[in-house]
Amino acid sequence: MAKIEAAVPGEGRGVSTYAGGVWSWITTVDHKRIGILYFVSGLVFFLVAGVEAMLIRLQLAAPGNTLLDPATYNQLFTMHGLTMVLFAVMPIGAGFFNYLVPLQIGARDVAFPRLNAFSYWLFLFGALLLNSSFLFGGAPGAGWFAYANLTSSQYSPGHGMDFYILGLALAGAGSIVAALNFIVTILNLRAPGLSMMRVPLFTWMTLVVSFLIILAFPPFTIGIVFLLFDRMFGTFFFEPLGGGDPILWQHLFWIFGHPEVYIVVLPAFGIISEVIPTFSRKPLFGYPVVVYSGVLIGFLGFGVWAHHMFSVGLGPLANSVFAGLTMLIAIPTGVKMFNWIATMWGGAIRFRTAMLFAVGLIAMFTIGGLSGVMHSSPPADLQQTDTYFVVAHFHYVLFGGTMLGLFSGMYYWFPKVTGRFLDERLGKVHFWLTFIGINLTFFPMHFAGLHGMPRRTFTYPAGLGFEGYNLTSTVGAGITLVAVLVFLYNLIRSLRSGEPAGANPWGGATLEWSTSSPPPAHNFDRTPQVRSRDPLWNDGVGPPAAEEEIHMPNPSYWPLVVAGGALTLAAGALIGLPVVLLGAAVMVGGIYGWAFEPIHG
Amino acid sequence: MLSLVVLTAACGGDFPQSSLRPQSDVARSIDDLFRGIFWLAVGVFVVVEGALLVAIVRFRERPGAERPKPVHGNTALEVAWTIVPAVILIFIGVPTMLTLWRIDRPPQGEALRVEVVGHQWWWEFNYPDLGVTTANELHVPVGHTVDLRLRSDDVVHSFWVPRLAGKRDLVPGRENQLWFTVDSAGVYPGQCAEFCGIAHALMRVRVIAEEPDVFERWAELQSHDAVEEPGGEALVETGRSIFFGAGGCISCHTIRGTPAAGVLGPDLTHVGSRSTIGAGVLRNTPTNMASWVKEPHKVKKGNLMLDMGLSDEQARDVAAYLGSLK
Repeated sequence: MAKIEAAVPGEGRGVSTYAGGVWSWITTVDHKRIGILYFVSGLVFFLVAGVEAMLIRLQLAAPGNTLLDPATYNQLFTMHGLTMVLFAVMPIGAGFFNYLVPLQIGARDVAFPRLNAFSYWLFLFGALLLNSSFLFGGAPGAGWFAYANLTSSQYSPGHGMDFYILGLALAGAGSIVAALNFIVTILNLRAPGLSMMRVPLFTWMTLVVSFLIILAFPPFTIGIVFLLFDRMFGTFFFEPLGGGDPILWQHLFWIFGHPEVYIVVLPAFGIISEVIPTFSRKPLFGYPVVVYSGVLIGFLGFGVWAHHMFSVGLGPLANSVFAGLTMLIAIPTGVKMFNWIATMWGGAIRFRTAMLFAVGLIAMFTIGGLSGVMHSSPPADLQQTDTYFVVAHFHYVLFGGTMLGLFSGMYYWFPKVTGRFLDERLGKVHFWLTFIGINLTFFPMHFAGLHGMPRRTFTYPAGLGFEGYNLTSTVGAGITLVAVLVFLYNLIRSLRSGEPAGANPWGGATLEWSTSSPPPAHNFDRTPQVRSRDPLWNDGVGPPAAEEEIHMPNPSYWPLVVAGGALTLAAGALIGLPVVLLGAAVMVGGIYGWAFEPIHG
Repeated sequence: MLSLVVLTAACGGDFPQSSLRPQSDVARSIDDLFRGIFWLAVGVFVVVEGALLVAIVRFRERPGAERPKPVHGNTALEVAWTIVPAVILIFIGVPTMLTLWRIDRPPQGEALRVEVVGHQWWWEFNYPDLGVTTANELHVPVGHTVDLRLRSDDVVHSFWVPRLAGKRDLVPGRENQLWFTVDSAGVYPGQCAEFCGIAHALMRVRVIAEEPDVFERWAELQSHDAVEEPGGEALVETGRSIFFGAGGCISCHTIRGTPAAGVLGPDLTHVGSRSTIGAGVLRNTPTNMASWVKEPHKVKKGNLMLDMGLSDEQARDVAAYLGSLK
């Protein structure tokens, strides 16, 4: 381990953390750098999926449009969904986890730094593998939900679905590994005095999400392994002609797919639970209730999957049970909303961009939550499922909820990460364009859906009354795209020439604000001592512990080698056995090298 | 937001496929339930967004103000906003369960049974008690319960005619059931609602609800073997010979009363009496039929009907023959 001598406060600050060339980023095990890698990769995929969305909206701008042919359209909506959820929103969330959790709990890094790098490479390789399908005969075109038996080799010939299976297997493994790492980190590496009921909300939600990931991804992985066997070895897991059952896929998918919703939304809830108190200058109202409601949402999230399947014909008893559990989720979610509003109530609110996005989340998520309650009712859902009403619903949840929360977090922690502010004026333009854009895009979809427009249709005829709604949505999507471009410009400009920010520019209460911006590689010169929930508002982080030696992990290329082996193995499934064996050999060799990597003192 | 609602509502025409214009017992139950839930949701929306607006207006930071009092919580309030939503949910949950169990109870007494088979990308309708087989247009009598038995020949589809009922999936290897009683005569459009492949968007269906006597006449006609309508004999003659010969049509299609007994495509015994072609893609006119049989993939991409390489004349003749099958 590298030992940092004489960690004098202020020494080398703002330089050492990100210094070094490409090799230093490739071999990094620093949670802050890995966080930035996740963030940048997620942002790139956010743009890719955004372009896909824009193409979809252009095709639907007019009835009977022929801009895209049906096969391309189907690939685009499939990849838009997969990329947004798994390769944009989740990695951006993971960027926040990585960067912030160790800082918020007063740790020097995560529990397993090399494993952390390994998670990132698996995610990146999975995402690249799946997206490379565009270059090799076409992307998967059966929806992100990929209902069997449309995904069989008979109904989905070509390799699109194979890329789906292999890409998501890699990325999913990365997520599971990362989740385990964060559970161990949060449970074991908290600074002295930082009991669980003092842990910042964002870290709490990371913990909940990590448990959701390790419970939700395995059933999905089983599903795609079954599918792989059906497609490559002629088994009949989902094939009715061989005694299999396509409904089995729906269960395996949604027992992952529904918790996945909470996996992407809870980090945003965590973010605004930090932002709202800071900008209201008041502690979070009902902290324990906000924590417990987050845990409860995660817990109930595993008992509601069949509300995606009300039209399957599971029978009134099953539908009643799943409807009841789904309605229950509205209670803890509502509690969170009220606690956030109560936090603002009586505060002194400063409307910086971060706060605007946080308030925007409350306003928009409420709409998504209420339409969610509407289709928790199975009879009502029978009219709404698979229509644009549902598309409207989950975009209010995912864009109006998650994305606004993530934007809020970007404005809030950008100064911590870079030492500079994002431009506030551009930020406000970004916020208002986004707010107008998403409402113009998604609100009319409620009407289109209720008036009978199904989802996943590459076209619609004139005369059913869908024209105006669709054109409005397309205009809204264009405005949203402009908003994103404004944000990118802001990001690039502020990186170079943003106003310098100090250690605690917003007057935040949590530990990450006690160290410099950007933090030194070792995060804290002295391990902080915590004596209350909002240490920087109450009683500081001292007194300093006794003189301590700081040990930081060494850079390592082994995580990249092992992940590269996994990628080779997965790609080999499409190329041939020798490549599979090569990949397996690289993985085994890589794990050996990893395990016996010498420790330099 | 309000202006947005007005704006989007103003875009409307008469919405022939709208779930908000129910025309059957089942669709009306669902609509009543939805409207109740909708207004409750509007109430919650107003309260939450209202509280949010008051908070952001009233508690903006004012220059020179002191740091706000650090309030950590209030048990009574927090209990209240846990219980109140729970009570609201009871008002949603109870009507939901009542409606759910009511519309899920199979029809008692007499009902017209129809077997619905989903195919990529068209619908097959068999009336076992009437000896009728047709495609893409479901004729039903007004005021009479229709009992649909749904299955799929390939992948998962979903039968959806919004004005008559909620969706019900057609799952390979299973049989599902859906029923409704139509209020009044009319044509009710719908379409497949579960993504089923390339031409999913073009898998449309029409329910044609007729007064019982009209329906009976239709069923009577449809139960007979094919009869060529007189007129245009020369074209029909060549068209028929292409259909049964070089065109190869009989390998996929059935025309009852003739040697054509293929089962892969729709039954064409009375195809001339249908109003649309290709699962609702084109109106059934001689010109449209000719362009459909000539280049089925141009009209409906991904469509499984084979392009038999017919010339314009051959296509015209086959269309004439098919058009004569009323």
